[in-house]
Amino acid sequence: MIFKDMMPGFDLFQPAQLQDALGLLDRFGKDGWKLAGGNDSLSWFKERAKRPKAVIDLSGIPGLVGVRETADGVEIGAMTTLSALESDPLITARYRVLAEAAGRVASPQIRNSGTIGGNLAQHARCWYYRSGLPCNRAGGNTCFAEGPDSINREHALFDSSRCLAVNPSDIAPALVALDAKLVLVSSKAERVVDTDAFFVGPKIDVTSLNCIRPEELLVAIRLPKDWAGAHFYFEKVADREVWDFPLVNVAAALVITNGVIERARIACGAVSAVPKRLRAVEDVVKGKPANAETAKLAGQAATRGARPLTYNGFKVPLMANLVMRALREAKA
Amino acid sequence: MAYRLIGKDFLPPDLLAKITGRAKYSEDFRVEGMLHCKLLTSPLPHARVKRIDTAAALKMPGVVAVLTADEVPQDAGANPILTNEPTFVGAPILAVAAVDELTAAEAIERITIEFEALPFTFDPMDSLYPAGPNARSDGNVGAFGQALQTVKWEAADFAAAGEGKLPTGKTGESWQYGDLEGGFNQAKLVLDESFVTASVPHHALETRSALAYWQNGKCILHGSSQSHTFIIPQLAHYIGISPDNLVFVGEFCGGGFGSKGGAYPVMAIPAHLARKTGRPVMLRIARNEEYFLGSARHGFQGNLKLGFAADGRITALDLYLVQDNGGVLGFLDYRNAAEGVSINYQPQAMRWRGLPVFTNTPPCGPMRGPGRSQMAPIIEALLDQAARRLGLDRVAIRRINAPDSGAKYGAKGETMSSSHLGSALEDGAKSFGWEERLKNSGRRSGSKVTGVGVGLASHPAGMNGFDGLLRITLDGKLHVHTGVGNLGTYSYAATSRAAAEILNYAWDNVVIEHGDSRRGLPWNSVQAGSNTTFTESRTNYVAAMDARTKLLQIAAKDLGGVPEDYDLGEERVVHKSDPAKAMTFAQAAKRAIELGGVYSGAELPNDIHPITRTAVAAIAGTGLIGVAKDNLPKPQMVSAFCAAFVEVELDVETGQVTILDHLAVSDAGLVVHPQSLDTQIKGGSVLGIGLARFERRVYDPVLGLPANVGLTQAKPPSWLDVPLNSRAATTAGTEPQNPFGIKGVGEPPTGATAAAVVCAISDALGGHSFNRLPVSTDMILNALSNQPQAHRPLQVHTV
Repeated sequence: MIFKDMMPGFDLFQPAQLQDALGLLDRFGKDGWKLAGGNDSLSWFKERAKRPKAVIDLSGIPGLVGVRETADGVEIGAMTTLSALESDPLITARYRVLAEAAGRVASPQIRNSGTIGGNLAQHARCWYYRSGLPCNRAGGNTCFAEGPDSINREHALFDSSRCLAVNPSDIAPALVALDAKLVLVSSKAERVVDTDAFFVGPKIDVTSLNCIRPEELLVAIRLPKDWAGAHFYFEKVADREVWDFPLVNVAAALVITNGVIERARIACGAVSAVPKRLRAVEDVVKGKPANAETAKLAGQAATRGARPLTYNGFKVPLMANLVMRALREAKA
Repeated sequence: MAYRLIGKDFLPPDLLAKITGRAKYSEDFRVEGMLHCKLLTSPLPHARVKRIDTAAALKMPGVVAVLTADEVPQDAGANPILTNEPTFVGAPILAVAAVDELTAAEAIERITIEFEALPFTFDPMDSLYPAGPNARSDGNVGAFGQALQTVKWEAADFAAAGEGKLPTGKTGESWQYGDLEGGFNQAKLVLDESFVTASVPHHALETRSALAYWQNGKCILHGSSQSHTFIIPQLAHYIGISPDNLVFVGEFCGGGFGSKGGAYPVMAIPAHLARKTGRPVMLRIARNEEYFLGSARHGFQGNLKLGFAADGRITALDLYLVQDNGGVLGFLDYRNAAEGVSINYQPQAMRWRGLPVFTNTPPCGPMRGPGRSQMAPIIEALLDQAARRLGLDRVAIRRINAPDSGAKYGAKGETMSSSHLGSALEDGAKSFGWEERLKNSGRRSGSKVTGVGVGLASHPAGMNGFDGLLRITLDGKLHVHTGVGNLGTYSYAATSRAAAEILNYAWDNVVIEHGDSRRGLPWNSVQAGSNTTFTESRTNYVAAMDARTKLLQIAAKDLGGVPEDYDLGEERVVHKSDPAKAMTFAQAAKRAIELGGVYSGAELPNDIHPITRTAVAAIAGTGLIGVAKDNLPKPQMVSAFCAAFVEVELDVETGQVTILDHLAVSDAGLVVHPQSLDTQIKGGSVLGIGLARFERRVYDPVLGLPANVGLTQAKPPSWLDVPLNSRAATTAGTEPQNPFGIKGVGEPPTGATAAAVVCAISDALGGHSFNRLPVSTDMILNALSNQPQAHRPLQVHTV
C-alpha cells in the first residue's frame, strides 16, 4: 500500500515460435510471466505485487489466433481476442452462449485487446488479495474476507476453503456449459483437460484458479460437437453495464427435443473459486418439459448449500433467479 | 433582448487542441534538467512517524533529494503538504526526487519508516461514542475557520436512539426559524427518518500532476486547476512565497468536479523539491494516488423530520446532519445542504443542526452541488412518500413548496433573486409527459416493472466583487484577460464574449488571454459552484464599460465635442450625428498609449485587487486598458435550479435498473452558450446517476484499508449506464442581477437527476424507500427478496 502504480523493470521476450516460448518457460520457471492481452498482467506489474524477471509476450506466435473447424467441433486459439469471438461466424452460429459471454466481458476496448486465454488465466479479483495482503492465496496463512466485518460483497457462496475469492471470468461458465476441452502444452508434453480439471478450487490449490503449470501454455480451447446448436442462455449481472465483473453470471446449454429437456449443462460464475457447475439442477431438469414450472424448480435447486457471508446474501436470490431465467429463456 | 454573441454557439479557441491531442496538460511539459519525484504515502489509517531512514535511498545512483514534512510549511489552518501524523491511508509523508521516475520509485521502497499506529475510525458515530477513537490527535470535530474540538455524545443518546435511528447528541452548530413544534403539531402527516449518504470520490480524469521550477526568485508552476488567479494566494502560501512571485500555468484542466477549485497542498511539493535541488521537478500523480489525493464528496449520517399539511405544504422541517469530514479539513456540505433545503421547499418552520466529524479516510472537498446533491435524493424520496400517503401528485407536492422569485431562506430570512423552479417543474412535466407516464408507474411486463420519478435541486449561482481586465491593442484586436481558469466547460470563453458584445467586436477579432499568469490575468472568482457565467460576465461587462468610456473620451479629445456625442460602431468610435468624425479602435489604442494614465493602465482605480494590479503592470502601455472591479449591485443571493424527470425499468429478478428516459430542465437564466449548457446539464446528470446508483468509498473497518481505490471498483457510470436519449432544456426566465440576465447552471442537474433516479426506483418498487445512497443492485435485490439489508442502518463506508 505504501507505493504503487509504477512498474518495476523486467526483461521482455517476444518469441516468434511456440517452441521458443516454451523454451523460455522452461528457462525461467516461476520467474517467467506469460503476457497475452496484458489487461490483468499490467495491473499486477503496476501494483508492484508481481515482479517477474522475464515477461514472455505471446502475441508474435503464429497459430494461436483464430477459430478453426475440426472433425470434432471447433478449436479456438488461446490468443483470439474476445471481440473476435463475439462476432465469429462459427461461434455465433453453433455456440452462441460463448459469443454472448465474450460480448459481456469488461468493455469494448478491453475486449479488443483481451484474449480468451488471458480471460481464463486471470487471477482472483478479491480486493484483499489484490491489495498485496499476505492472504492464503498470496502464500500467507489467513483469509481477510471471512471476518464478520469483512468487505465481502463480491465473494463466494460455495466451496470455500481458506479462500473466499471467486472466479471472475464471464467466459468460464460458458465453457463449462459447452463441455470445452483445454489444450495445455509444454516443451515436453501436451495434455488436454476438461473444465472440471482446468478450473481449480482452493482445496486443490489455494494460490491458483487453474491447473496451468509454470512450464505450460494454454494454446487452444476445443468445443465438442455434442452441444453445437443447443438451446443456450447467458446472462451477467453486474453493477454497471461496462467494465465490471459479474456479481453472478449464468451460462446454460440445453438439448431440448419435442419440448423435453434431454440433457443440460449449467454453470454459474462469481459464486465460487471455480465456475460452479450445477449438477443438481441438471439432474432436476433432465427429462422435464422445458417450461416455467421446470425453470422455477431449477432456480430453487440452484442455491442449495450456499453459505452467504456478511455482504453477499443478495447473491442467493440472484443466482436462483438467473438459473430460473436460463431454463425459462434459453433459445436455440 | 437579442444579442449578437451571447446566446449563440461558437467554437471555443481550445477545443481543437483538445480534440487533436495537442493540448498540453501539466504532465506534458518537459524542462531541461527536470527531475521526477514520487511520494511515499501512509500504509496506515492513522499513525505517528517515529523515525525515517533515507540513507539507503539517498545512496542510490540517480537519487537527488528527499523532502520531509519538517521541510515544508506546517499551517494548522490549512491541510498538510507532507505530514508526520498521517490521518488516512495514502497521506503523503515524504517525496523523493530522482533523475527518472523509476529510480524515484525504487528509492521509495528503500526508505524505512517506523510508525506508531494510532487509533482509527471510519464511522463518525464511533468517534462520537464515549471514549471512541479520534481520527486526529488534535480533535474529532472541525471545519475551516474553526478551532478543532473533541466532541463526545452520551451513551444514553445512542441507547435512546436505538440501532436504526441517528442519535442526536449535542451539536456544534444550529439555526432555527419559525414555530417548529407548532408546525409539527398542526401537520396532517409527519415523517421522521434517519439516512446515510455515501462519500463519493471525485476521480477527475486528469490526475493532479504538477511541474515546478524557479527563475530569478519566481516559482513557475504548471498545475491542474479549475480556477486560475483565485488559487494563487493560497498556493503561494503553501510554497512559502508572496503571490507576485508565483507564476501559475494551467491552460487546460482534465476535470475536477470541485476537487480542483481551490489550491490543494500536493501541488506545492514539486515547488519545494525544485527549490531544494535547484532543478525543475515533475510530480506525476498516478491513477491510484488520485483516489487518495483527489478528495471526495462528504458523506452524511442524518435525520430528517418533516411535517406536511393536507395539501403537501411543509409546515415544519427538522434536519440533523453529521458530516464525514475525512482525515483533514474539508468543505461545508453540512451547512449547504440545510440552506438548500430551506430554499427548495420553503418550510414554514425549520431547524438545522450539524456536526462535521473527522474519519480516517482521504480528504473530502466540494463536489458538484456540495451538500445539496446528496441531500436531494434523500428528501425527495420522503416527499414522494408524503405524496403517496396524502394522495397528492408528486410534481404538485414539489410545486406547492417551490420558491418564487424573491423568496426568503435560512434563519436570517435572506432573500434570493430569481426562481423559475415552478416553471421548470411545470414545463418539464409537460414536456416529459408526466401525466401519461404515471399510467406506466408500477406496470409489469415479464420480469420488468416501470417506475417514474421527479427530482429537483438548487445551488447558488453567482458571486460578485471580482475584477475585469481587457486591452485593445495597436492592431485593433480586443484581448480579454480572464483569470477564471478553464475546468473544461469553456465558460472562460463564453463569458469573454460579454466584453466583445458590449464593445461591438466581431468575435474573430477577439483574443482570450488565459492559462498563464504572465499573460496578465485579473483577480477572478473560483471556477466552481456554478459561479463562472454570472460572475465573469459581470467582470467582463464592467471592464468593457470602462473601455467604452475611455474610447468615447479619447474620441472627444481628438475629434472634438463631448464623449456623449459619440457611440461605438463596428470597431470604431463614431460621432452620433456626424459619422465622418470617427476613429478606429486601433487608432484609439495608439492614443491611449500616448495619453498614459488610466488609458494605458499606468493608473488604476483604488479598489483593484493586488493580483489584478500585477497583471495590469505586465500589459500597461501596450494598448487601451479597460479595468474595473465589479461593483454592480447584488443585494440578493443568486440561485440556479433544476427539475429532472426519469423513467426506469427495474428487473425484479436481477435488480438491474435501466434508465429509459431522462429530461432535465434548468433555471439557468439567459443561456450564454447553448451547446455548452446542454453538456453541462447532461454531464451533471451523469454524475447524479453515479451518486444515485453506484459510487461510494468502501473501507475494511478492522484492517483500516480502502477496498475500492481503482476506477473499476469505484464504478463511476459509463456511457452504457446512462440514457443516451437524455434531454436538456431551460426555463424562459432571466436573472435581474446580471446585466445580460445570466446565472449559473452546473450543479443543480446532479442532485435533481440523482433524486429523480432514486424516486423512480422507489416508484418501481411500490414506494419502497432506502434512505441511503447509493441505491445499489444488492440493496434492490435484498429489498425484492424481503431479505434484511447487509449493512446496519447507519453504517458507513460499506459496500
